[in-house]
Amino acid sequence: MSGFDIKYFIDVLPAIIKALPITISVGLISMILGLVIGTGITLLRRIENTVLTGFIELYVSFFRGTPLMVQLFIFFFGMPQVFPQLAVLNAYQASVIVLSINASAYISEVIRSAISAVDKGQLEAALSVGMSDLKAMERIVLPQALKVAIPPLGNTFISLIQGTAITFMLGLQDIMGLSKMKAAASYRFLETFLAVGIIYWVLTLVVTRMNKHLEWKFSKGGAI
Amino acid sequence: MLKLTNVKKSFGQNMVLKGIDLHVKKGEIVTIIGPSGSGKSTLLRTINFLEQAEEGTLELADMSVNMHRASSKEKIGIRKMASMVFQNYNLFRNKTALENVMEGLTVNNDYSKEEASKIAKHRLEQVGLSAFEESMPSQMSGGQQQRVGIARAMALRPEVILLDEPTSALDPELVGEVLSVIKTLANEEVTMLIVTHEMAFAREISDRVIFMDDGKIVDEGTPEHMFENSDNLRLRSFLKRIA
Repeated sequence: MSGFDIKYFIDVLPAIIKALPITISVGLISMILGLVIGTGITLLRRIENTVLTGFIELYVSFFRGTPLMVQLFIFFFGMPQVFPQLAVLNAYQASVIVLSINASAYISEVIRSAISAVDKGQLEAALSVGMSDLKAMERIVLPQALKVAIPPLGNTFISLIQGTAITFMLGLQDIMGLSKMKAAASYRFLETFLAVGIIYWVLTLVVTRMNKHLEWKFSKGGAI
Repeated sequence: MLKLTNVKKSFGQNMVLKGIDLHVKKGEIVTIIGPSGSGKSTLLRTINFLEQAEEGTLELADMSVNMHRASSKEKIGIRKMASMVFQNYNLFRNKTALENVMEGLTVNNDYSKEEASKIAKHRLEQVGLSAFEESMPSQMSGGQQQRVGIARAMALRPEVILLDEPTSALDPELVGEVLSVIKTLANEEVTMLIVTHEMAFAREISDRVIFMDDGKIVDEGTPEHMFENSDNLRLRSFLKRIA
């Protein structure tokens, strides 16, 4: 049972890849929802209302300040005590919800700093031609901020995909969940976890490549 | 046409507008001169609600607005009638020259895309930039960007155009092309309120020159009066300093 079994490694790799759609879909859906919620939060922060701003700051601070695993456990195992309706959620749904909320806190910070990197004159010019604050954000400021935000958003997406690894603790059969089962059944821990590590690595390389392509595409637009 | 009454504005403890009264008639070209920090640009920016005045009334065309309590709707209404040309052009960097001019026309569905494009093309032609319709701001010189800025302001057919030091950020050799575009507009009887440091230009183009110092209008009159006959000591000393 000692030594590295290359044959097992080659066999287990495609078996784990079968669960890749779950990992990718959890990551991708959470990123999209996180972007929507995060951008919404950033825009709400512009409304000068102390109660609302205070609530948003608390939200961002909590979800950035506590481990993702703790958030998953609170939501999946803890919350149904108070809200029994939540007990109907399966591990996949709960993971997507928690990862989306977690990502939105990071994304709102990224977008906030990207907006502040856009020259103030852009907003002023948009207002001066008769746009409302929201229209000015949508048509002029956010498209320019997005260009600044692409590199850090790519990093957020990578963290998110790697963050999906702990959803196996809720019982989700993603690549990590499946690896854990395979390793426990075969006692081939090194081969199995190395295989899953390589899959995460390749996934990260692909996302990095796509992000670079997006950066290049946006830089052609001449924004900022 | 444009009437300001008792406009006051402070930045913290520093009062930069100390009760400005100003009346600009239709078709009149008024230039505002004065030392840096006298409140010239702030006055223009309060008219456009880019700065919020603490006190004052603004009357423009058929609107009368309390400048401290203007609603969002009133602000948009005034902005559409009082277009701004900025010192740093502030062209939308994610839009082409043509789109820059079209934005204000399409954003509130005042015009269809086709109509807006037609108007914008005509305005770009007026400022001599038909060949640059598809250019991004980053591909244009400062003078060309400012001419697009003027076309953008003109496209909205405003009651008044507010020009905030339109040539201050330009290299000296590019100032002429922008000033000549403004002169063309002057011939079309467009109402303009211009903050400038170009004294020769102010003298040539203005119906009336206003001298501001320390947040107040200190003197005003025809260019001849202001540049030759005024006995206001502060104005004399200002003109002497910049001569």
